[in-house]
Amino acid sequence: MINGLKLFGLYLSMLGNVFSRPENRKVYLKRIVDEMIKLGVNSLTIVSIISLFMGAVVTIQTGLQLNNPFIPKYLIGYATRESLILEFSPTMIALILAGKVGSSIASEIGTMRVSEQIDALEIMGINSAAFIIQPKIIASVLFFPFLVIISMGIGMLGGFLAATLGGIISKPEFLQGLIYWFEPFYIFYAIVKTVFFAFAISSISSFFGYYTRGGALAVGKSSTKSVVYSCIVILIMNFILTQLMLV
Amino acid sequence: MIEVKNIHKTFGDNHVLKDVSFSFQSGKTNLVIGASGSGKTTLIKCMVGLHSPDSGSVLFNESSFDELVEKERRKLRKEIGMLFQGGALFDYLTVEENIAFPLNMFTTMSDEEKKDRVNFCLKRVNLNNVNALYPAELSGGMMKRVAIARAISMKPKYLFCDEPNSGLDPQTAIIIDNLIQEITQEYNITTVVNTHDMNSVMEIGDNIAFIHQGQLAWEGDKDSIVSSTTKELNDFVFASKLFKKLKK
Repeated sequence: MINGLKLFGLYLSMLGNVFSRPENRKVYLKRIVDEMIKLGVNSLTIVSIISLFMGAVVTIQTGLQLNNPFIPKYLIGYATRESLILEFSPTMIALILAGKVGSSIASEIGTMRVSEQIDALEIMGINSAAFIIQPKIIASVLFFPFLVIISMGIGMLGGFLAATLGGIISKPEFLQGLIYWFEPFYIFYAIVKTVFFAFAISSISSFFGYYTRGGALAVGKSSTKSVVYSCIVILIMNFILTQLMLV
Repeated sequence: MIEVKNIHKTFGDNHVLKDVSFSFQSGKTNLVIGASGSGKTTLIKCMVGLHSPDSGSVLFNESSFDELVEKERRKLRKEIGMLFQGGALFDYLTVEENIAFPLNMFTTMSDEEKKDRVNFCLKRVNLNNVNALYPAELSGGMMKRVAIARAISMKPKYLFCDEPNSGLDPQTAIIIDNLIQEITQEYNITTVVNTHDMNSVMEIGDNIAFIHQGQLAWEGDKDSIVSSTTKELNDFVFASKLFKKLKK
């Protein structure tokens, strides 16, 4: 418990350093763009593949559950859309990104620590926490919502393909379900969740990377810890935000 | 000039530095020597501000590092260049970008001026046509030279080198040692080199501090080291058969 509080205190003190004034805004802006490409654009393929199959499976399973003549078939499209927007796209994609992006951030910063690159920044008079971590957090918070919106679209496409090619329901019925009783607030809710998840993934992974001590083995441990802690925090945040925003 | 006065540093129960005081002269290659684990790296890290000493002070031209406010510390740090044991070059940047890094962060130089400065620094460390290479594509000696070029790009007043020739073959090690000495004299820098390589000591040791079990056990220069009667120093310096022969 005391160790946990110490760790949390250290995390907060790191965040204090991260959000201090940048030494050179131009260099930081360039770094934010680079991080958007590295953490966001480079995750597009994995997000697309997962979303396509996730949408298809949701449609098939919903189709199996709603196999009753008294329930209109278009509700399969409706349930697919709601499942994707409310839960699967923001939460599943955040968990996937915690694995892909989180481990990459922790190992990159951990390697910088053990190879003394962070010490080199400090000696030059650069706030290393701000220089390394701030662009990663800003890039994640700005770009992950786009990934989630893309995931929603591709998930629905996956559902559509599974529904029509698998003969579960007809094309017009599925499309009718997709536009039925649309609640724009749910998109806002998904984006708010994603912003919180993005902050958690990038800051927690950076924290474990930044405080790596030792050699290559320690980098591996930091990477694993960052994924485990990010996933737990995502699930807790998901519960709290859902309670606050939907109930 | 840099002065360390009565530095103490402990890590848990381990008293690493015990009342170390020494003056590092400008325009000279000042060496901190000692066996592995003697406290050399801790001393250098206390001097550059990576560790805070438990007591004692580090004075850069008579200003105490500890008494400086954060803004002044950052200003002072811009006057410090450091060569790390592994080079500590940024993996994701090319050689040119690595050397230009401090210039990009702290100066308002034009791209043309930065390019000129990078090329000048590379020429000074005898490297050509490596601008576009990444650190992973360089040999150990080239990496050290690029790290020196980065360290001098901001025209530092103080240069710290942590085991500059570890992992290098003897010939390259001598080239790096001589390069450090030349740069020190040319720009009148206060250079502090942390090493346990006796070839370096004999090659460039203008002013030497010998640290033994966290204490300053001896001070002098490369000429007086051979005639020293300090037992710990003799055990350290004349550990190899070659140096024993040299003493005889």
